[in-house]
Amino acid sequence: MENILNQIGIENYIFLSVLLFCIGVFGVLYRRNAIIVFMSIEIMLNAVNLLFVAFSTYWQDAKGEVFVFFSMAVAAAEVAVGLAILVAVFRNIGSVDISNLKNLKG
Amino acid sequence: MSPILIIFYVLAAITLATAFLTIYSKNPIHSAIYLVLCFFSIAGHYLLFNAQFLAIVHVIVYSGAIMILFLFTIMLMNLNKEDEVHKPRITRLGAITTFILLSTALVLIFMYSKPFVGDYPTTGEDFQSIKKLGTVLLDDKEGFMVPFEFASILLLVAMIGAVLLSKKEKPTK
Repeated sequence: MENILNQIGIENYIFLSVLLFCIGVFGVLYRRNAIIVFMSIEIMLNAVNLLFVAFSTYWQDAKGEVFVFFSMAVAAAEVAVGLAILVAVFRNIGSVDISNLKNLKG
Repeated sequence: MSPILIIFYVLAAITLATAFLTIYSKNPIHSAIYLVLCFFSIAGHYLLFNAQFLAIVHVIVYSGAIMILFLFTIMLMNLNKEDEVHKPRITRLGAITTFILLSTALVLIFMYSKPFVGDYPTTGEDFQSIKKLGTVLLDDKEGFMVPFEFASILLLVAMIGAVLLSKKEKPTK
């Protein structure tokens, strides 16, 4: 099996991951809806996973892909707990607008 | 231009466009649908790398489990409408500036560091079939046994936490 990166090049994948990560950062900063903020965090995690797989192919080593499994497990746990917190917040406040969460402000 | 490169560019365009539309669209349901498309295109990238098992797991975990969780939460909160108020203009301007500066800086850094131009090593041996991945994951000496067990504990704790958090509280008096 020929190395696929001979035809694409690792730098293209680096640029793709960087742009995807920046879009995730932009979403976290731009939106007020907490669910969209969670989606942006998922996009950032996926950008990092993509780079892991690209470098795993670059070194022809499976350890990078194994690490992606753990990253996925952490992402799944994070989403489950985060959405449960959101449901609790929605029950108490009645919206998921993160600008309304100011109760801890002195 | 080889066909693989064309496939890569098409997939990358789909990935970036759907990721942007996820953030841009006002309706959370539309955002979730665009995010599913984004995840599918990333699974396409994994297939391009010939990492079949990872692509399948990615589709199952992200498009299957996580997005269903998102959709159910959106429906549970009845957010299927476009009534979100925008952040103040200065915050939005700051977000856009941050995006432009961050992406430009990172892309320029990686462009000028000239990462890995030239040939890529090909060992010829198989390194990403399910068999090999299982061997690497659960090897006796150099494997990832302990992190694997910790991942299971993490998932258990997350499950208990999610149930506890979303349980209805009894009125206390």
